[in-house]
Amino acid sequence: MVVRNTARAILPALLAVLAGCATTGNPADPFEPVNRKIYAVNDTLDRYALKPAAEGYRDVVPLPARTNVSNFFGNIEDVWTGFNNLLQGKPREGFSDFGRFAVNSTVGILGFFDVASDIGLDKHDEDLGQTLGRWGMGPGPYLMLPLFGPSTVRDTAGAIPRQLVDPVASVERIPVRNAVRGLRVVNGRAQLLGADSALDDAALDRYSYLRDFYLKSRLNQVHDGNPPREKDDYYE
Amino acid sequence: MKILKTLLALCMTVLAAQALAQETPDALARRVMNEVIAVVKSDPAIQAGDSRRINELVDAKVLPYFDFRHMTALAMGREWRAATPAQRDALTAEFRSLLVRTYSNALSQYKNQTIDFKPLRMQAADTDVIVRTEVRQPGAKPVSIDYQMDRQADGWKVYDVMVAGVSLVTNYRETFSQEIKAGGVDGLIKSLQAKNAQTGANHK
Repeated sequence: MVVRNTARAILPALLAVLAGCATTGNPADPFEPVNRKIYAVNDTLDRYALKPAAEGYRDVVPLPARTNVSNFFGNIEDVWTGFNNLLQGKPREGFSDFGRFAVNSTVGILGFFDVASDIGLDKHDEDLGQTLGRWGMGPGPYLMLPLFGPSTVRDTAGAIPRQLVDPVASVERIPVRNAVRGLRVVNGRAQLLGADSALDDAALDRYSYLRDFYLKSRLNQVHDGNPPREKDDYYE
Repeated sequence: MKILKTLLALCMTVLAAQALAQETPDALARRVMNEVIAVVKSDPAIQAGDSRRINELVDAKVLPYFDFRHMTALAMGREWRAATPAQRDALTAEFRSLLVRTYSNALSQYKNQTIDFKPLRMQAADTDVIVRTEVRQPGAKPVSIDYQMDRQADGWKVYDVMVAGVSLVTNYRETFSQEIKAGGVDGLIKSLQAKNAQTGANHK
């Protein structure tokens, strides 16, 4: 609730501020100066709080239990994925996602085990940002959101409804709700522990490497792995 | 007798070379990965993070199948044409060490993953193919890693690697063109050298 209300209050103000400081540079990232400042704050928070928490979690909780946790949150996500597949005109995938939820919530004991994948119901990756993209909406300017990280105007618009129907938000007891939310964040961060050290190794400038990776991978997701490929071979 | 033996040996060499040249790109990728993973799994020094051992392994088994000059050209985009031959050599050398170090460090974290090869769609006459794989690890979403390869005189070579559909080569283009705008091609070479010196030192 706190996060939701804060987001409601902050976002319009943030967009207004951002709109005022467009600069020349990368056309996909007109708010780069502000985005970079937010990234620096996010990065510091990550370095001193979230990443150590994720490392501790990885070291303390054995792999099978972490898999259960990932499956549990993934199971909730499958419902949202299914709706988005329907919205994108892919009923077969959508009903397969609902089937996954049904199988994993029961046979898979509240989603802790991903039985559905074993019986051939593959997991999909869809969200409202992708749906909007599928409907023809461009990504709009790149946004580095405080705490949430890389996004675009379109993906932020898609993420807000997702927050509004978050089943975890309906958990009555506040300490439990916060614990579940915290676990979701830390578990999610733990999955990126290998990728972030690769980012450190690979990038001349982490901000722009991350941005360009995010924008291209979202384009790829919108087109389900077959983005329009510009032919460019500059070799010799 | 001696002539016969020499002839026979020659025949065998030619046959073996032909077999290698005819190896399909996906078979090649599968063979190389299986060899590398077998070593990683069985070598305690590599599992302990011995970067020298990992580098030796990558040098011997993986790098012969990569075309770093092509990769560098692709990362540079249109700036490649403006670079002098000496600058191209320097860029290729620096970009190569950057990519190799990134790859080697990622490899040293290899644990519990399995690699699925997707069926390769390829005509016999094709000279440019994408070998698609999916890396699965327990408790995480599978990640697609695809290798774009072209056929050269001495066999198939990788010139692009795509993770989650994103080229790890052209992902540098924006940064490179920023660097070139700020300090020319030589400025980019200096930045790459600085990055290599810095990250190399961190991992020693």
